Amino acid sequence: MVNSKQWKAWLYLAPALVLLMVFTVWPIINTVRMSLLENYSGLKAAGGATFNLGFGNFVKVVKYKRFVSCLKNTVLLCLWTVPISTLLALLIAVALNSIKFLQKALQTIFFLPYVTNSIAIGMVFAAMFNIVGSFYGTENEIVVTAGIINNIIEFFGGHRVNWINSGSTYTANMAVMVVYIVWNALPFKILILLGGLQAINKQYYEAAKVDSTPRWRVFTRITVPLLSPMLAYVIITGFIGGFKEYTSIVGIFGETMGPANEPLRLNTMVGFIYDSLSNNSQGRASAAALILFSIILAVTLINLWVSKKRVHY
Amino acid sequence: MANQMSVLSAKRIRAQFVRQSLGKALFYAAIYAFLLVMAVIVLFPFYWMLISSVKTLDEYRLSVPTFWPRVLMLNNYISAFTTAKLGRLFINTMIVGVVSTLLSLVITILTAFAFARLEFKGKELLFAALLATMMIPGELFTITNYGTITTFGWKNTYTVLIVPFLVSVFYIYLLRQSFLQIPNELYLAAKVDGTKDIKYLWKVMVPLSLPTLISITILKMMGAWNSYIWPRLVANDDAHRLITNGLRSAFTDTTGDVNYPVQMAAVALVSAPLFLVFVFLRKYIMSGVSRSGIKG
Amino acid sequence: MKIVLQDLTKIFPSRNKKSTDEVVAVDHFNFEIPDGKLIGLLGPSGCGKSTTLYMISGLQKPTAGKIFFGEDDVTELSTEKRGIGLVFQNYALYPHMTVLQNILFPLQNLTGPDKLTKVQMIERAQEAARLVQIEELLDRKPSELSGGQQQRVAIARALVKMPRVLLLDEPLSNLDARLRLQTREEIRRIQKETGITTVFVTHDQEEAMSISDMIVVMKLGVVQQTGKPQEVYDDPANLFVAKFLGTPPINVFKGRVEGGWLYLDNERVLSVGAVPDQDVMVGIRPEGFIIDPNGPMHCKISSVEVMGRDVSVVSTHPALVSPSIRSIVDADNKIDPAQQTIAYRIKPHKLFIFDSENEERIPFEVK
Repeated sequence: MVNSKQWKAWLYLAPALVLLMVFTVWPIINTVRMSLLENYSGLKAAGGATFNLGFGNFVKVVKYKRFVSCLKNTVLLCLWTVPISTLLALLIAVALNSIKFLQKALQTIFFLPYVTNSIAIGMVFAAMFNIVGSFYGTENEIVVTAGIINNIIEFFGGHRVNWINSGSTYTANMAVMVVYIVWNALPFKILILLGGLQAINKQYYEAAKVDSTPRWRVFTRITVPLLSPMLAYVIITGFIGGFKEYTSIVGIFGETMGPANEPLRLNTMVGFIYDSLSNNSQGRASAAALILFSIILAVTLINLWVSKKRVHY
Repeated sequence: MANQMSVLSAKRIRAQFVRQSLGKALFYAAIYAFLLVMAVIVLFPFYWMLISSVKTLDEYRLSVPTFWPRVLMLNNYISAFTTAKLGRLFINTMIVGVVSTLLSLVITILTAFAFARLEFKGKELLFAALLATMMIPGELFTITNYGTITTFGWKNTYTVLIVPFLVSVFYIYLLRQSFLQIPNELYLAAKVDGTKDIKYLWKVMVPLSLPTLISITILKMMGAWNSYIWPRLVANDDAHRLITNGLRSAFTDTTGDVNYPVQMAAVALVSAPLFLVFVFLRKYIMSGVSRSGIKG
Repeated sequence: MKIVLQDLTKIFPSRNKKSTDEVVAVDHFNFEIPDGKLIGLLGPSGCGKSTTLYMISGLQKPTAGKIFFGEDDVTELSTEKRGIGLVFQNYALYPHMTVLQNILFPLQNLTGPDKLTKVQMIERAQEAARLVQIEELLDRKPSELSGGQQQRVAIARALVKMPRVLLLDEPLSNLDARLRLQTREEIRRIQKETGITTVFVTHDQEEAMSISDMIVVMKLGVVQQTGKPQEVYDDPANLFVAKFLGTPPINVFKGRVEGGWLYLDNERVLSVGAVPDQDVMVGIRPEGFIIDPNGPMHCKISSVEVMGRDVSVVSTHPALVSPSIRSIVDADNKIDPAQQTIAYRIKPHKLFIFDSENEERIPFEVK
């Protein structure tokens, strides 16, 4: 009787377990294996080559200039986008929570960027920042249209910037990426934070009112501390997402991952893994993937540790 | 206790009342101004996409931009549709989306049921192990899976787009939570009546968990619609290419003198289904997302 | 400082958007709360007592009427500017702050002439903590405190800024019976020591009676009676007030006045002087019964409960409206449980008669 029951449970689990074995468990084992076989390549392995055991892949990856640049891009994007998007989302959520009229409509608008395709809307952002014509800062430049963003900047008396075209600066490229990623990250964060705000007992605010607390102090001393679990969640998921950034860059710069004269300038960790994979360097790709995993793990643990000290209750 | 708070005179009260209403009005004006400005920023790319998509190329290239098109070039949509071969891409994506969603739902329901209601050895441990895999970035799996599907000879098939992603630990987790909400007494009562597990699952648990199942369906469909990296890697031929990938490869140039109106029309066409789903099923998307943190 | 409520009215719009029914939570409330007194707002749930308290605090705006603190009209003044202290029913202690931080919080908001230095703040907080006897708990978080301790912290937080008015919303409802008794004495003591005009809301008449200088009995938004607890108890304005005050509750009968005598069933119970002939409702306090074999009122005994000092006799009577009669008599009265009936004489000042239509009190001369 008991045995038949057990047997039945495993029958229900079977389809999922088979697929998980093939596409999840085996890859985990295999990735570790490949990362420890120096210069492992799927093609060469198929040809019967053997590989030495060692940490060569890791050493190579870390010493690889392209990898260092990918790591730098990824980290910079995280460090800019996570704080900016979290702060903006917090302000928007708090503002939304304090109004009644138009609240639902605005909430829907702020959620819209979530239901988009990052490649497709990336192309829209590219169009907005793109300069049609040639723009090298030289005398004989011909600018047909400077792009709507530059038009707006010029309308307010600024100078046009070569954001993403050939000859653009790294800073300009990063600025565009930060704007796009923040735009994309806001909806989720607003949704979570607004949910958190609405769960806070209104009586704390009434008590603060009775005690004549100024609005700013209510925000810093009551709202933010009571929202801290949600803030921690949003920041952790923000970092995890940030370290896996890839498609939004493809959306804006195309598969060149950079302006025309400098391909791969904005490549990220994930991009590096895929490039290694398409070069049939599975050993290098595996090592990079494990490094990415350990960074994500470390950042998550640090975040959890910090929030344990800072997050109340 | 000592002296009480300073006493208010009638004059001071009136002054305070004026200040308090003025302060309140200013505060709300600032709040609404901030929200409206942010809303405009959030909406602007959509607006720019739509108006650009109906401009003529000449109008788009004016050095002083127009914020409302002079002539409606709906032809752009036809060009976009043919240039990017969107028809084929739509069909491919729908096939992959529908089939993988259906299969995924079946697997998720069976697995979630086993974890929620059935008893077997090592249940807790297995579930914890499953949850732990959610920590690992997907790229780590892709490296090996790419080799695996090549060995299977699945390259450039629908299979390769569907099978590797049928099991989602996150969906299993969501549905298990929803199953656990259903009182166990219902299950025991059904057992007493001699109802088979599978019938109970289908007649009671599934209908009661419909909101979660709808959320999962939408998220899975959105996932198929937005997937890019894996399809580009394993199924990049005309017969199987998916929509996002097709859009990107039909318009490889993002910078320079591109025919943006047509490109924007293509983007609008690709985005439209997502918006329609959002308009009609906002509630399910938002509740699904608020429990996830995973895009698509 | 005295508080004057003038025609205070609060109307809530209907919750159901389609219907136009409004809820009148408070209806033309007129009252003057004397300076330095402890006032209990009393009534069953939904009677408008909490709404009244929230209007005094400014957290809710009256639909009509005015509120004065002393001579100042504060009706339009927002909560922040009123200088009140409020203890919430669930205390609303900030969960992320320690007890000390909770108590300091109101002080840190003071500005202008009231602004304090850090040292002064700590001194004031400690003084407030001493008053409610929680000095040794200052470093704890609210989640580490018992209900009674949280309650004291809430009072300390409300008192620390020396408010002009202290408001308490059902301050004892979350405490167990023993703690409730102890805490209500505590509130009385603190109020006496500080002399702050205090208003508290409760549905527990015993609580209100035991510590208030004055009580206000409310029903469905309308004030039924105000006065000192004993006066209201001894001289209820209507049947509702008579029924609401007192434990065990008053015994209610249907009766008839004929020729200057009150009849219950066919028994001539009491002479009521010049009251015209009519059907009436009659209330007799449990302590209004005197066992007297020659008494006019005969009841059928259901049970006898001996409670030490007193004996509680449960009985029935044909004219009875309440489920049963409960009378409290001295334990010196030996009652044989075997006896079937008991005869009572009634203390005239413990018996009230009410109009059977509007349930208003009908006064009578005791002869």
